[in-house]
Amino acid sequence: MARNLIEKVVQSQPWKSIFRTGVPESNLDKSLLIFNNFFFHIFPVKVRRDSLKFSATLYLGVAAFALFMILVITGIYLMLYYHPSVPQAYNDMKDLEFVVANGRFIRNFHRWAAHGMVAVVFLHLLRVFFAGAYKPPKQFNWVIGVMLFLLTLLLSYTGYLLPWDQLALWGISVGTNMLGYAPLLGQKLRFLLLGGNIVGENALLRFYVLHVFILPVVMTVLIGIHFWRVRKDGGITPLLKRRPKG
Amino acid sequence: MNGNKPDKQKLLSRREFLNTMGTGALVIAGVGGTAVSWDYLSPKVLFEPPLKFKVGKPEGYAPNSVTLDAEKKIFIVREEQGYFYCLSAVCTHLGCLTYWRGNEERIACPCHGSNFTRHGEVLKPPAPRDLPHFLITLDDKGELVVDKSEMVSADYILKV
Repeated sequence: MARNLIEKVVQSQPWKSIFRTGVPESNLDKSLLIFNNFFFHIFPVKVRRDSLKFSATLYLGVAAFALFMILVITGIYLMLYYHPSVPQAYNDMKDLEFVVANGRFIRNFHRWAAHGMVAVVFLHLLRVFFAGAYKPPKQFNWVIGVMLFLLTLLLSYTGYLLPWDQLALWGISVGTNMLGYAPLLGQKLRFLLLGGNIVGENALLRFYVLHVFILPVVMTVLIGIHFWRVRKDGGITPLLKRRPKG
Repeated sequence: MNGNKPDKQKLLSRREFLNTMGTGALVIAGVGGTAVSWDYLSPKVLFEPPLKFKVGKPEGYAPNSVTLDAEKKIFIVREEQGYFYCLSAVCTHLGCLTYWRGNEERIACPCHGSNFTRHGEVLKPPAPRDLPHFLITLDDKGELVVDKSEMVSADYILKV
């Protein structure tokens, strides 16, 4: 009964016009299913089942991605109550803590997911290193992984200013002064990043735009390339080598 | 055989001409876009606290005192003999706001533990340089004026 219904839906005109392929029977149909789907077509048609197991990377890759998704969703929630202006930012943060329903939960969820993501991404890099998964043909995916780690740190750092409390103010003062020590362009870069000479309103707005738009967009694109390359290069390199059967 | 070719080769074909023009336009747009963006990102007007400001009458500062103005990020020092000088309160290491530890007779930074004398000399690293001195003067109404855009040598004093 239920099976018949599914069969009917999958063979129907609307379903076929959207997905083009019904339930795949032959290898050709299975390939077409992947080719004809916008989201699947970036994946290779065939991969080894073992190499797709999340456990192969000790769940660290999927954990990092899950934390990123949590951060995107809770981040959007926080954006709805947060104004990146002085002194409203600090008051909004207080409102989220004490007035908004479940505000403290959402804020802490975001905060701990952020801490967790830094730790998990770092452990993921260690895992990849010790498994030798940076070796050919995966050299460049290692490079993308390092970029993703740096982006994670930059997202952490830009988010640090947004509560606009004393910790944020002095944390960003110290960090941007370190940037100022960079040779030749240091002071100019510091001026551009802060939009001024002090950590003030312009700096808050610039860090906000970096935190909620520029860095997440770059991150999303790199995550896509990262996953695509993992699959194209034959899946995850397991930590322990599989013994040949028999 | 190729008698009629040489003249034609020297001429730019329409396709080559349009390609060159198109590429040139893209390069100009790219360079221009970068320059405009770089310029756009550098604010021309800043709404930052003024660098020259009044800090009150000399009588407001007791002899042998070091007074922190946290808002302006300066120390007003009045020595026993009655003269004044003004020090930056921003640590020369990474820019934290320092404070005066009266009982230990030194300026301390809460971030990484740098110490300075009341003259701004480094007592304890990581601060790499002494605290700079700013110009402090009296205006015609007898009020102290500090100008943070004017750095002065460490032996500059204002006698009142």
